[in-house]
Amino acid sequence: MNSGPKQGAGKPPMFGDYEAQRHWQEITFNLPIKQWYFNSSDNNLQYWGLDYPPLTAYHSFLCAYVAKFINPDWIALHTSRGYESQAHKLFMRATVLIADLLIYIPAVVLYCCCLKEVSTKKKIASALCILLYPGLILIDYGHFQYNSVSLGFALWGVLGVSYDWDLLGSLAFCLAINYKQMELYHSLPFFCFLLGKCFKKGLKGKGLVLLIKLTCTVVASFVLCWLPFFTEREQTLQVLRRLFPVDRGLFEDKVANIWCSFSVFLKIRDILPHHIQIMISFCFTFLSLLPACIKLTLHPSPKGFRFTLVSCALSFFLFSFQVHEKSILLVSLPVCLVLSEIPFMSTWFLLVSTFSMLPLLLKDELLMPSVVTVMAFFIACATSFSIFEKTSEEELQLKCFSTSVRKYFTCFTFLPKIIQHLFLMSVIAMILLTMMTVTLDPPQKLPDLFSVLVCFVSCLHFLFFLVYFNIIIMWDSKNGRSQKKIN
Amino acid sequence: MAAFGIATGGGNWFSALALGVTLLKCLLIPTYHSTDFEVHRNWLAITHSLPISQWYYEATSEWTLDYPPFFAWFEYALSHVAKYFDQEMLNVRNLNYSSPRTLLFQRFSVIFTDALFVYAVHECCKCIDGKKAGKELTEKPKFILSVLLLWNFGLLIVDHIHFQYNGFLSGLMLLSIARFFQKRHMEGAFLFAVLLHFKHIYLYIAPAYGVYLLRSYCFTANKPDGSIRWNSFSFVRLISLGLIVFLVSAVSLGPFLALNQLPQVFSRLFPFKRGLCHAYWAPNFWALYSALDKVLSVIGLNDKWFSSAVPAHSPSLSDALGHLYLHSDCRVGPRGFLRCLILCALSSFMFGWHVHEKAILLAVLPMSLLSVGKAVDASIFLILTTTGHYSLFPLLFTAAELPIKILLMLLFTIYSISSLKTLFRKEKPLFNWMETFYLLGLGPLEVFCEFVFPFTSWNLKYPFIPLLLTSVYCAVGITYAWFKLYVSVLTDPPVGKTKKQ
Repeated sequence: MNSGPKQGAGKPPMFGDYEAQRHWQEITFNLPIKQWYFNSSDNNLQYWGLDYPPLTAYHSFLCAYVAKFINPDWIALHTSRGYESQAHKLFMRATVLIADLLIYIPAVVLYCCCLKEVSTKKKIASALCILLYPGLILIDYGHFQYNSVSLGFALWGVLGVSYDWDLLGSLAFCLAINYKQMELYHSLPFFCFLLGKCFKKGLKGKGLVLLIKLTCTVVASFVLCWLPFFTEREQTLQVLRRLFPVDRGLFEDKVANIWCSFSVFLKIRDILPHHIQIMISFCFTFLSLLPACIKLTLHPSPKGFRFTLVSCALSFFLFSFQVHEKSILLVSLPVCLVLSEIPFMSTWFLLVSTFSMLPLLLKDELLMPSVVTVMAFFIACATSFSIFEKTSEEELQLKCFSTSVRKYFTCFTFLPKIIQHLFLMSVIAMILLTMMTVTLDPPQKLPDLFSVLVCFVSCLHFLFFLVYFNIIIMWDSKNGRSQKKIN
Repeated sequence: MAAFGIATGGGNWFSALALGVTLLKCLLIPTYHSTDFEVHRNWLAITHSLPISQWYYEATSEWTLDYPPFFAWFEYALSHVAKYFDQEMLNVRNLNYSSPRTLLFQRFSVIFTDALFVYAVHECCKCIDGKKAGKELTEKPKFILSVLLLWNFGLLIVDHIHFQYNGFLSGLMLLSIARFFQKRHMEGAFLFAVLLHFKHIYLYIAPAYGVYLLRSYCFTANKPDGSIRWNSFSFVRLISLGLIVFLVSAVSLGPFLALNQLPQVFSRLFPFKRGLCHAYWAPNFWALYSALDKVLSVIGLNDKWFSSAVPAHSPSLSDALGHLYLHSDCRVGPRGFLRCLILCALSSFMFGWHVHEKAILLAVLPMSLLSVGKAVDASIFLILTTTGHYSLFPLLFTAAELPIKILLMLLFTIYSISSLKTLFRKEKPLFNWMETFYLLGLGPLEVFCEFVFPFTSWNLKYPFIPLLLTSVYCAVGITYAWFKLYVSVLTDPPVGKTKKQ
């Protein structure tokens, strides 16, 4: 039972992203392609200029076409700015719902159907919990975005690649990248996994063939999507400039990553020059994800692939530059995929990820829907997976790690207990912070106190999860090698 | 941690269902609300700001107090909580006042009072034994019944979108039924008496209660073949029942009797000036009647006498027939009482005076209790519920609520049909081809009324056509269900009733 769409109608109007999407429909419908990404008298890039790759633009064009049929006022050039009406809201929400139904939901259902060694009841439960994930519902329907399209395509990519339909999988993932450039967070694991597969098949024979086919597929899909923009060098460059605004700086607004949290103590943004900031962020990101990626290339397996997706995306989120708080959704999707394997930690992570977006949700007056969806999600997970009974070492996939550590410290048996206590503390902290943010006013001298606190606490959680997932990935190898387990 | 695990995991599906539907109700808070919202706000204001003597005379707003005194006291109690939310809503002069806090308070009051409904459903689940179902939780009759009642589509949209307080009132009714099943007749009678003084619409089913209590409670024993043993009449029980009813009525109407306001109260409660049909909406016999009338007048056969020959006492006639037969056979237990109740409610809906389409819920909710028992009842229930719920669609006419109502209706209908079909899969199919065809026809009807018609030219000339079509189509279905229920009651083999319930 997908309660997401039900929440769609009746929510207060969202300026910001809602108006941005409407504006993009206006631009793509009324102006020729050559002018979409350029600043002109008709297209003021300062007013919600297009900053996603071409596929988003095509999608907006399609929606605009339908809008024209229903009511042309919605997309009239210049005059429709800030347009709002009940019918228009219904239309926009319907477009999100249709995109969801066509792309994201089938992918989730298919993924859950294909889960191995899992009973039918658990499959349905997984599908339900993934679909109930509050973060995506709130951002897509409340804040208003089309994340489900790019995440859906990425999920199709994961499905294809995990079940050896490599070409289709990589095609789907290219579509995802061409829809939102943030999907590049997931690109490294895909690359490493496919490269690993090619190596396994032997670079002299089938592997090379596969590599060539993959390269062709990727290049072809990119060319197809960007075709109108490849005609002139200036076009391509302008689009790239809009997609990757390198002049903007390390972070904007409050986001739960390292740089923002660190700046509480040390104002990096102001101390170091621009290009050094980029270098540092680059180094940290790649250092943190290198071990997992190398492991994936050497021992490609669908399970390792899923976990590497998590840890890569998380590394990017924590250390990359110009990260938005909504990018946590890119990490949440892979975590949803491993929900059936480590239900306890996944549920914990998904709750924290929704919590980390609290300032954004409060700004959009989504407190009530957030509370309701978080509770519904928590109840669904708790009843479907009995998560509180699954906190032994074996369940947390930390058995190998603990046995290795016990070689040096024989008393290292308290890991599950620590994790349970941490969970309790974390939930209490999140609830307290939520209540404080909602009821109290911040002191005059520190107007952003609560947002910063939320980001800081979330960041600590994410660091913990980064370490945890990396442990699972690295120690899984020893298990795999010694027991010859496939998958 | 383990204790928490037990609380949230494993067997406590009922709490999960109740919590889930409560969360859904919270999501429905910002949706459209009808004039009933203003009605209740006005009553909060009246009961809070004015003395009792003014309650039934106050007429600043057009929505005057027209429920019995217990409901007025209920609003009075609520108003004392309301003043912490927004003092302004309690001002009688603030017509159509609806600040965000007022909205929040009112919606939460409905959600909160639904707790009584949840408790009643819990008690009802204890009473049904249903068929011997499989070990799978979702196939147990208790589970299906809980979902059908707690997540009832009609109740959700009437209470939590359209805005009313049917939840806890239905809870009282279901609780009194459950008490009868548990042989706690006095409690059941007390609860029903209280219910009557909350909302007098339940007078429709009062005959069922009266006759059942008389037959099964006052006559303490049966002859071996099941008919009345006339000499086992217990005056003590009769007197105690009468005392209960009298005391409850005294508490309720006493103050107004003392103030000599009884005539005024009754004129508010029973406004006979309003006319036979509430617009076109309630899909009952009169809808068919007036549709026929309209058609005839359009054709040219304008028989004035046809409209005026309205038999005003037809509900009581059909009730009486039903009761007479039911109780003459006299082997009724609580199950027979339930059937009688549903028949009363349905007959009153079919033939009653100024019936609102929301009154279909009066029949649908008790019918759910029967539906998990026998296949025949399940089939009648499904037809009744689906058409009844569909007839509620015109209540939510805004564009924003369209996806919600369609989605919820689809979910509920699909679940109810599939779960009951699974429960009764070993017996013959629930629907014959005619019924299937009829139910499937609801889809195209909805598409036509909501999507096609507004874009045609007839929309300006005959704007009432969608309502007319909905009403008539549903009236056919409900009449059919009523008829089938009547037939099944009359032809039920008596053997089944001798078993101890």
